[in-house]
Amino acid sequence: MKNIKYTNFRFILLFSLGSIVISSCERELSDDVEFAVFPSDGDVFIDTFSSGLDYFPFVDAGADPEAFSVDTEETYAGDASMRFDVPAFGNGFVGATFNTTANRDLSGFDALTFYAKASKAANINSIGYGISGQTNNKFQVTALDLAVSTRWEKYTIPIPDASKLIEETGLFWLAEGASFEGDEGGYILWFDEIKFEKLGTVAQPQPAIFWGEDIAEQAFIGSTLTVSGLAQTFNLADGTNQTVFTAPSYFTFESSDNGVATVNELGQVTVLGAGTTTISAILAGVRAKGSLEITSNGVLQAAPTPTRPQTSIESIFSDAYQNSTESNFSPGFGGSTTETAIITTSDGEVVSYANNNFTGIIFDNTVDASGLTFMHIDVYVQQAGTEIGLQIRDIGANQTIDTDVNTGLPIGDDKDLRVDLTGLTVGQWTSFDIPLDGDLTAQRNNLGALILVGGPNFLLDNIYFYSE
Amino acid sequence: MNMKYNHLKPISMVLFKYALMLSIIALLGCETDDQQTVARFTELTLSEEFDTDGQPNASIWGYEIGTGENGWGNQELQYYTDRPENVNVQNGVLLITAREESFEGSSYTSARLVTKDKFEQRYGRFEARIRLPYGQGIWPAFWMLGADIDENPWPGAGEIDIMEYRGQNPTLLIGSVHGPGYSGGEAISKEYNLVNDRFDTGFHIFGIEWAPEYVNFYVDDVLYNQITPEDVTGTWVFNKPFYILMNLAVGGTFVGSPNEETEFPQTMLVDYVRVYKELKIN
Repeated sequence: MKNIKYTNFRFILLFSLGSIVISSCERELSDDVEFAVFPSDGDVFIDTFSSGLDYFPFVDAGADPEAFSVDTEETYAGDASMRFDVPAFGNGFVGATFNTTANRDLSGFDALTFYAKASKAANINSIGYGISGQTNNKFQVTALDLAVSTRWEKYTIPIPDASKLIEETGLFWLAEGASFEGDEGGYILWFDEIKFEKLGTVAQPQPAIFWGEDIAEQAFIGSTLTVSGLAQTFNLADGTNQTVFTAPSYFTFESSDNGVATVNELGQVTVLGAGTTTISAILAGVRAKGSLEITSNGVLQAAPTPTRPQTSIESIFSDAYQNSTESNFSPGFGGSTTETAIITTSDGEVVSYANNNFTGIIFDNTVDASGLTFMHIDVYVQQAGTEIGLQIRDIGANQTIDTDVNTGLPIGDDKDLRVDLTGLTVGQWTSFDIPLDGDLTAQRNNLGALILVGGPNFLLDNIYFYSE
Repeated sequence: MNMKYNHLKPISMVLFKYALMLSIIALLGCETDDQQTVARFTELTLSEEFDTDGQPNASIWGYEIGTGENGWGNQELQYYTDRPENVNVQNGVLLITAREESFEGSSYTSARLVTKDKFEQRYGRFEARIRLPYGQGIWPAFWMLGADIDENPWPGAGEIDIMEYRGQNPTLLIGSVHGPGYSGGEAISKEYNLVNDRFDTGFHIFGIEWAPEYVNFYVDDVLYNQITPEDVTGTWVFNKPFYILMNLAVGGTFVGSPNEETEFPQTMLVDYVRVYKELKIN
């Protein structure tokens, strides 16, 4: 990983003065002849790294640290631009944050602006600012699918509420890559004149939570829910609306009845009692579109208590049995939107899944189920029509999960059994006893994971393998 | 009225700026068509402050109701009413509100106020302090028509657009004159781009100073255009009384239709309308 720094600030200053004089004639005659003066700490990359700025590629996530360079050939203005070589599909991606060592006060600005062009038309997956390890990305802002063309154009990423940004270090970040075969990749992306500005034309805020929808959910004491779909939309000088997705800390959340549920500054809702409450939010004095009405039925009924003797059980998650192995319930698969929580009720623990697209339960040690014939699982849902895809994975002798990234199917020495958990009754536990057949008939001595697809909201309890 | 003195100041500021601009022109030669004579219209002849809640003063303001002919000649989509939902004075401000609703066969309602046969004047300084609405397909205007329009149909009667604006261009003001031989798409017109600000987030003063040989267009304390008989490609018809119109149109050929991102209702807020004259000219 390379950190690139330049220190020729004096030259930059001279150059920018020169460009002001040269470009005066482009202004309309009737303009007030005044030049906007930005505090120096609004600059991110004008012709070089601004004061204290460093390059931090997302190497752990698979980003190519060599993809970034400073280009002195292709520039919008001045003598250098930022260049990213976006790899072709399958060769990693461009992903990095540019942070300062010293905090910046950005509260006097209303947007991050930059010029960008690409060697071919493309959509930048994610771009914004506010990545900070110290604050856990407290004020992260992300614009999605920003369309760039093959000529230099100016882009504006508005600040949802600048009064929050009094000590920022994360000034610019992006992630762009070919997300599938046929997505754009193998091209060059340039940025220039990256800075925070007070445009004065970022207006008409339309904040939203839950993507602007009014939604309703059933819950019970101990449920935890998270406010999602947090966005701020501004109308820009050219009349277009620009939406950015934001971290929760820009919002002030409210629960209409704190006896039913409370919501904290991160938008995490905890259900405390029976009744109905509405979660809403305000951003910079403007009420957000969208809300969540929670109807709490009080205490969650317990799942049926297992009756089989411990001796015939290999247990993954149950209060009735000793676990055969510890497991990772939040494996953090790339692209997963799932929120997993272990909820403690008066009848013991259940595991809760919200907003699931796909996740898994990864066993710390494999389970030898050669002598066992069934898997048991109890499922509780609160929304009609909920269906869950369950994959029971044997990870083979090599003890690693081997999956074709394109199809999701097991490869190498892995085998799996796939069943759909359907016919679920709202407000009740439904028990499933799944025969370990199919591809597991011959190979189930290294059971290593359960993959959970869809739902998206459900509770699980009493997950164990047994024989009749 | 002490208002007179408040208005002397902007003019002198404008003169100063003008001198500054002239020096730039001399150096860079950007544009030269903004030379002007600045008159001082200081005698107040209409001061509509909208200080009484409810309907605006009926002795000054009338209404044009309905859809006109072919959407007031522009395929506009709104139905104009005089209902309080569309026109109302509250807290010292006139609210002209465009709503999305089915009404008499139209999908939108709004209002159009006119001073025809109530207040008409030849020459003077006409200005209004307005906060504009925004969004694709939103078209507010503060404008004037020749008072002889019933005998002398448009464009012969003449039209002065003190303020027109497209909601999808929230920083752009358009000032125009229309007359015989220079109407519609051939109007004599200029846009003004507000820098580091926009017209829908605060009040701005839109005005003209109109004398026998010119119409000066200004916004706040900035004069941005002058139109003289030499500039028009037809007869100069701005030598007779005109009356004032204020309206908020939706859709039509000038702005295009609203889209799914256009928020309704949209309101044009008018703080005041004032007209002055100058004794020697008027």
